[in-house]
Amino acid sequence: MTLAESATSTPPPLVAHAAPVSEGLAEKVSVRGLNFYYGDNRALKDVTVALYAGLVTAFIGPSGCGKSTFLRVLNRIYDLYPNQRAEGQVLLDNQDVLSPGQDLNLLRARVGMVFQKPTPFPMSIYENIAFGIRLYESLSKADMDARVESALRRAALWDEVKDKLGANGLSLSGGQQQRLCIARTVAIKPEVILLDEPCSALDPIATAKIEELIDELKSDYTIAIVTHNMQQAARVSDYTAFMFLGELVEFGPTTKIFTSPSERRTQDYITGRFG
Amino acid sequence: MEQHTARAFDIDLQDLARLVAEMGGLAEKQIGESVDALNSHDLALAQRVIALDDKIDMLQREIEEKAILTIARRQPMAVDLRDIVGALRVANDLERIGDLAKNIAKRVGALDDDIELTKVLRGVEHMADLVLSQIKDVLDAYTRRDVEKALAVWRGDEEVDAVNNSLFRELLTYMMEDPRNISLCIHLLFCAKNIERMGDHATNIAETVYYIVEGRPLADERPKGDTTASATVAFPA
Repeated sequence: MTLAESATSTPPPLVAHAAPVSEGLAEKVSVRGLNFYYGDNRALKDVTVALYAGLVTAFIGPSGCGKSTFLRVLNRIYDLYPNQRAEGQVLLDNQDVLSPGQDLNLLRARVGMVFQKPTPFPMSIYENIAFGIRLYESLSKADMDARVESALRRAALWDEVKDKLGANGLSLSGGQQQRLCIARTVAIKPEVILLDEPCSALDPIATAKIEELIDELKSDYTIAIVTHNMQQAARVSDYTAFMFLGELVEFGPTTKIFTSPSERRTQDYITGRFG
Repeated sequence: MEQHTARAFDIDLQDLARLVAEMGGLAEKQIGESVDALNSHDLALAQRVIALDDKIDMLQREIEEKAILTIARRQPMAVDLRDIVGALRVANDLERIGDLAKNIAKRVGALDDDIELTKVLRGVEHMADLVLSQIKDVLDAYTRRDVEKALAVWRGDEEVDAVNNSLFRELLTYMMEDPRNISLCIHLLFCAKNIERMGDHATNIAETVYYIVEGRPLADERPKGDTTASATVAFPA
């Protein structure tokens, strides 16, 4: 398992920012006509959407709408499973990551992922971070120490663990474990971070810390977050995509989606009138 | 609109709308009675109008509390959020309308009913009728979420301004004709101004209705006809 695959899930931040206009924004990831199949079951239907560089894009929708599946395509983590395939285009800096020649380890180093449940490795806090870095780089002890510290600082965890870097990662609290997983993701310097319901297992304070972290990280990374918490999506993201039954129903600036969405289905979902 | 999965949320929103409607009914009554009291120099009626204002203020506080609680409990989004913010705004405008009507009622006692200025009183009454029908229409538009009707009210305020302008000149003329008219005319001038302001609040409510339904502010510049700020009347030679 690569480092990026095992990254933890982070909660999304809570503040709706002034929505940037899509014109003039650089598309870090451009998804065009994406279809995804679990065997015969078509889970994504012609999804076309963009992740803009340096912004946070939230994916919302009821369970089973395809939002997690969508994230799983972006770093091709689905390749680990049989009978799953994607069709269409997923361009990362204009290179199609779905092409057969794609180096998957390299891709997953560029596109990090954090999952719903914290997934620290059963090793020390220090090693949780260093393990992934060693897969891609060989650093001196001093450089590695510096890199571990900087990753833990980025994840707002350093002050809490600096005196016990040798302790097992699993001994941390849930919120700390999740931030450890984010630190692990950040440590290998990805370009895109995928967060799959990163806060759903966390208490409100841990959630707030991770939301704060997302705000902090977005200056350097392009972030996609899947969340069931609508307020969280409204707080943390710049753009929001609403998905339903495998289709992208509406995509636009977060401020617009949560105050006056264009689509009836979006409005019904975010106001709690669904079904 | 479809119901919320959490039905209690629908009830919260309905309660808010009902309180706003109740407040609107009281404000209409207060306007009508304040002008009746003025016309008929009915001091007892004027007192009742003044007393009614407390009830309107209480309703406004109730709406605010209910809105705040609903926001805290339900974290409303999109049209629900606009609905609640809209109720707060409309309640605010109605509270101001109530204050203005109360102010008219307070002036009834100051008017000397010996002086005959029936024609001017008719003018004030006419203006009040116009504004009252504007307010009825806009509250109806609010209840039905009827954007077209709200826009008609919004545009109709120009007519109120026109009547106010002519009344203003008329009162200036009376004051110049005979200084004994001044006290009465000043009070009537304030009454007319109060009514004109009520019309402005009606247009605010129209804008709120538009915002609730359309999800964006009414961007056009409203036609404005109030020229009293620069009106003068030449002294008779």
